[in-house]
Amino acid sequence: MKTYMRPMTGWWKRNPFYLWYMLREASCVVITLYALIMLVGLARLAEGEVRYEDWLERLSRPWAVAFHVLAFVLVAYHSWTWFRIMPKTLPRIPIPDAAIVAAGVGAIGVCSALLWWVT
Amino acid sequence: MKRSNKPIFWSLFGAGGMLSALIGPMLIFITGIAVPTGLMSRETMGYERMLALARNGFGKLAIFTLITLFLFHGLHRMYHSLHDLGVHVGPGLKGAFHGFAALGGLAAALLLILGF
Amino acid sequence: MRTIAIECLRFNPESDREPRWQDYSVPFTDDMSVLQGLQYIKDHLDGSLTFRWSCRMAICGSCGAMLNGVPRLGCEHFLRDYFPGPLRIEPLNHFPIVRDLAIDQSDFLKKLEAVKPYLIGEPPAKGTHRQTPRQMDEYYQYSQCINCLLCYAACPQYGLNDKFTGPAALALLHRYNADSRDKGKSERMEVVNAEDGVWGCTLVGYCSEVCPKGVDPARAVNQNKIESTKDYFFRFLKR
Repeated sequence: MKTYMRPMTGWWKRNPFYLWYMLREASCVVITLYALIMLVGLARLAEGEVRYEDWLERLSRPWAVAFHVLAFVLVAYHSWTWFRIMPKTLPRIPIPDAAIVAAGVGAIGVCSALLWWVT
Repeated sequence: MKRSNKPIFWSLFGAGGMLSALIGPMLIFITGIAVPTGLMSRETMGYERMLALARNGFGKLAIFTLITLFLFHGLHRMYHSLHDLGVHVGPGLKGAFHGFAALGGLAAALLLILGF
Repeated sequence: MRTIAIECLRFNPESDREPRWQDYSVPFTDDMSVLQGLQYIKDHLDGSLTFRWSCRMAICGSCGAMLNGVPRLGCEHFLRDYFPGPLRIEPLNHFPIVRDLAIDQSDFLKKLEAVKPYLIGEPPAKGTHRQTPRQMDEYYQYSQCINCLLCYAACPQYGLNDKFTGPAALALLHRYNADSRDKGKSERMEVVNAEDGVWGCTLVGYCSEVCPKGVDPARAVNQNKIESTKDYFFRFLKR
């Protein structure tokens, strides 16, 4: 039977739902880069005060702050979508989806507040 | 059908995703925006303070967990995103991405054990 | 009477090298579905237009198509909502086109067979199975699948890799695993655990968004990721 198969190129641009999905996935790039920045910071810390202060100074440069603003936005979106999706990965429990999402967002709030408080 | 090894990577991805979802935004805000712009005191990330954290047992564990799980989460998803974008991915790239995450974790561990 | 512009993707395997668009002007009343629009075209404008349909009430699953890029059942969407158009109608994404809006579903049927979508195990020695409403609740939503394939058209992972078992097949797999009368979970684990089983899913979630029966295949697939993980790590503890 002769059939025609349509190409998949650019599939994610064809529907807003897919665009939001790709944005969610894009958060992984900044998470990786952030982890590497922290790793470099750790190495600088081990090298001593001068090298560490240098790393800290570079973090204050405009492009560094701009990166972290972008990272903040993308990771915040990741956080939101992570808990929005989480109910689908859990086995059947007598707690409604909305409650799980609310609990998750609440946990983000609590952890954020704790982190702010200890630093 | 061959059993997939995905559960190992998915578990690491999941742990990293949960951690980054809970503390990611605030952590990035503090270390990347608040302190560098002066919104928060520079002392928050001051040398002596960070040194104390890296010397502390719990601090070491926290730093190691943070770096390793963030890397596994990010790189696992990046590998899948490459596939989503139409790049042909195979065991080679899979090994490279997850291997890089493992190396990052190893580097963090070595630094924390030997450097402080 | 108002008229809506409809653009259909046409493909004749006997004469066309690739699909092409054809425009139609369809007079319609507010109660007409997209399916009725297609039937108007076939009855009055162009008898060669080919499409599947049957029940006209979103239960047979035959009339699925892409309506302005979104997988929908033609019988439960209305021309008035797409007015003035153009309403672009294409065959369901990710499937080979046989002719016009008719796609080749044989790959799905293979996947369906592979998940063993029937109760496995001996019936009770005396009488029939007994099941509480609570037990039925565990699998009921997944039993509502009408095999319309909108979820496959929605799923980019299936589009990128047609070896992926896919949303509906995995939802039906879960429907039987979750049914208290079934004893076949272990027989289905091979499909679950495979790279193209549940692990082919990246939780885009569009499948559940487009499902006309509220099956929520995304949930069915992703609940089984935990099952598969448990199976992976605890398999050595069994017997």
